[in-house]
Amino acid sequence: MPLQATLQPAYAIDHVHMGILPSPFHSRTSRLNLNQQWNEWNGFASAAYYSDAHIEYFSTRNTCGVFDVSPMRKYRFRGADAAAMLDRMVTRDVIAQAVDTVAYNVWCTDAGALVDDGTIFRLAEEEFMLCCADPCYDWFCLSAVGFDAVDITEISEEVAALALQGPTSCALLKAMGFTGIEDCKPFQIMRFAFASGEIMISRTGYTGDLGYELWLPPQDAKQLWDALFDKGALYGIQPLGDESLEMARLEAGFLAPDVDFHGSLHTVQRGHDHSPLELGLGWILNFKKAHFSGRAALLAQKESGNYRRLLKLDIEGNKPAEHSILYADKKCATEIGYITSAMWSPVVKANIAYGLVDAKFFKGPIWAEIYHQKELRWQRKVARCTRVTKAFWSPERARATPPPDC
Amino acid sequence: MNNSTQTFKSRYDAIVIGAGHNGLTNAAYLAKGGLDVLVVEKNDYIGGAAVSRELHEGWVYSNCSYVCSLLRQSIHRDLELTRHGLMIVPYSGTTNFSRTGDYIAEYSDHAMQYREIRRHSLRDADASVRYETDLMRYAKLIRHFLLRTPADPTSFKPRDMSEMMFMAKKFAGMGEEQVYEFIRFMTMSAGDFLDEYFENDLVKAMFSTSSIIGTALGVYSPGTAYVLLHHVMGDVDGAVGAWGLARGGMGAISNAIAGALREHGGTIRTSAPVQQIIVRNGRATGVALEGGEEICADIVVSNLDPKRTFTVIMDRNDIPADLRSKAENFKIRGSSGKVNIALTGAPDFPSLPGGHPLRHGSFQFLDSMERMERAYDDWKHGRWSDDPFVEMTQSSMWDPTLAAPGHYFVSCFIQYCPAEVAGGWTPEKRDAFGKTVIDQICNYSPNFRDLIAHMEVRTPHEIENEIGLTEGNIFQGELTIDQLMFNRPFPGYSQYRGPVKGMYMCGSGTHPGGGVSAACGANSAREILRDLKRPNVVPEDDVDE
Repeated sequence: MPLQATLQPAYAIDHVHMGILPSPFHSRTSRLNLNQQWNEWNGFASAAYYSDAHIEYFSTRNTCGVFDVSPMRKYRFRGADAAAMLDRMVTRDVIAQAVDTVAYNVWCTDAGALVDDGTIFRLAEEEFMLCCADPCYDWFCLSAVGFDAVDITEISEEVAALALQGPTSCALLKAMGFTGIEDCKPFQIMRFAFASGEIMISRTGYTGDLGYELWLPPQDAKQLWDALFDKGALYGIQPLGDESLEMARLEAGFLAPDVDFHGSLHTVQRGHDHSPLELGLGWILNFKKAHFSGRAALLAQKESGNYRRLLKLDIEGNKPAEHSILYADKKCATEIGYITSAMWSPVVKANIAYGLVDAKFFKGPIWAEIYHQKELRWQRKVARCTRVTKAFWSPERARATPPPDC
Repeated sequence: MNNSTQTFKSRYDAIVIGAGHNGLTNAAYLAKGGLDVLVVEKNDYIGGAAVSRELHEGWVYSNCSYVCSLLRQSIHRDLELTRHGLMIVPYSGTTNFSRTGDYIAEYSDHAMQYREIRRHSLRDADASVRYETDLMRYAKLIRHFLLRTPADPTSFKPRDMSEMMFMAKKFAGMGEEQVYEFIRFMTMSAGDFLDEYFENDLVKAMFSTSSIIGTALGVYSPGTAYVLLHHVMGDVDGAVGAWGLARGGMGAISNAIAGALREHGGTIRTSAPVQQIIVRNGRATGVALEGGEEICADIVVSNLDPKRTFTVIMDRNDIPADLRSKAENFKIRGSSGKVNIALTGAPDFPSLPGGHPLRHGSFQFLDSMERMERAYDDWKHGRWSDDPFVEMTQSSMWDPTLAAPGHYFVSCFIQYCPAEVAGGWTPEKRDAFGKTVIDQICNYSPNFRDLIAHMEVRTPHEIENEIGLTEGNIFQGELTIDQLMFNRPFPGYSQYRGPVKGMYMCGSGTHPGGGVSAACGANSAREILRDLKRPNVVPEDDVDE
């Protein structure tokens, strides 16, 4: 190397994009986003709401709604070792997972702390797609140590994706010509010819209701959006923003990263990350399969029973317990945990929340200290919390195959 | 929903007459309170005026009540009505078309609403903030009392005194000036009230329509300001003033409450019209069905309107003459009709751009309060209005369960339509009334008529005959101050207790009145359980904690 720097003209450098990025559907979503209310998700513009979050939310329970999930991070794992590598990384059995199915998974550190959660799509015997909310490529490379025959590629920008959720979603897909979609079982994948190539449809989602996710190349994105909204007019289609999706996922009993749990890799303070057991994810820890990262630590924790619990709570009154501290007594003398997510559930008509409660206290009485504002003035109340074991919203149609038309 | 293989006993702890939503609510809480309850219903289906029926193959009609806002959220939550199949879906966007070809619309988005009014009047757009604030203050006040038994102001019982204190505190909390304003408001006409805020006729017309719904009064009749309030004090998920649809039609409300009732061990018997409430030795002992069968119970609750209760199913020898006379004079006048329509396509409204969200909302056709007053003049003369006020709700634009995709169920509420016309109602007159409604809609939607697959026209006459509401009055008695709170239905009878021991009322003829609130039924159950010295199981309201 010569000692002198070589100057490149500015135009020759691939500079970072300044500001927020458009998703492949942006030309369509920005037209419907009446008040231009956007959030940022992995650098992309994601609608906060389009016109009225309350009404959009109800489309997931009454008709159907469309959420742009393109900013989600997507990775391809390909090769003879792909299944074995993923199987060692995540908590469920990837080896046994059938081709053309999807499985919700988590991956942990050796200490059993949750790194992230996501869905694994088995596209072929030796090919997988993994989707998660936040970037995770470095961890995947670390987890692949020792496995030579696996090729990990970030494909986030190569796949555009929409979630179509709600009771009329199957009827709409049928009306769009995706014949046979009614036979698609929960967590199953089907493929159809569409536009310039192929569309993959999985019966998955983040709302707990009947729903699908649609995956296709970005160049066909607009055509898909237009086809959905053209036919969807008769099926009560609505675009969904972050606010309505957030409501639906909480009712469904799903976790939100960086809301309900703090990923271990970016946790500084000891004890501020979580184990899957604490988050109520014991059901996806497969201790019968071969070794996976965190297995020993999680097994020990499970046997001890000594861990915090993320509880589903039904709270008296109608003021959401956002940011509340939890106590074992109405006088708020003994602090036992905190609320991670809270809302008034419009469909259940209940004041629901998730609360993370210390191991010693999760079976006892729980009180939430709630602050709410009335014409600027702050009010305080202490409300009794009742533990709920099932998902707040879990309609039969979400599991039925074929599902009903509405 | 029918009786099929069920067998019925000849004795229950309590009998509720009428399986409308208040009767079912009342029964559900009595059952929850531990009583063995029977609901008897004259029709072969339940629901009363909160009902869904497939009146034309492929279309489910919400053919009486059609939207919902007052249904008490705490009852929905407490009876777990969602688990029993109920979903209340908010809808938005009411467009009020003018004969000039323009329109004024209501939006849920505040800025859009402001701009829309400003299109018609800058001053009125600003004034709407003052208007909404004043109305909200009154709404917040009244909402405290919906799920409470009115105090008897003449009583010195500790409970009445403490309830009076509760009321006085809430009133005084508004401040002296606002108390005066509120008292004035309660006795005012909606027209005079709106004139104090707005200058534009179309703006006033838009806000005035809810002041006469279900009421045999005009926009300039004293008392209609309260009727307006009654229609904006409900909420959907805390959004006061918002309205919702029950998924599956209003029958979903009745069916869900019936589900809760059955889960608590209650029984429903349809096709069981009551001839009379049996009174022996000054107390109710059961009911006699038409056909002679007697069913015994120590508690008999009437969900029928007060007039029908005390002039039809109670013998005049069993009740005080004064009560009989109050019942005969009770104001329960028929003023409205319904036209329910099955459409084979979406009607075109040329004033609205294609794809505009307002096309999914409800439509009204009124450009001035004067026009409404003229429609009322027709009613006073015993005729249906030939330029009627029509509120057209396109329920199935929001509810996919009512009709196939591309087919629509449309509910039209019409005012005014008298209970009696010269020479009596005939099918021909009924259809002529229906024609005025279709003609009115077609003024704004030329292709509407071509899309009609089936239509049900209901004058007060049909509504009374089918559901049993006297004169087809949707509120079981008008919502004027002489018939509200401790005056509802009559002074001295506002605490749900009838004139004989063991006899109670639970229909919307009692406090807090009509509007599918379920509060009347729940309040009544609380009083009954109290008389039986059983623990209260009726929840408190959660409106403005």
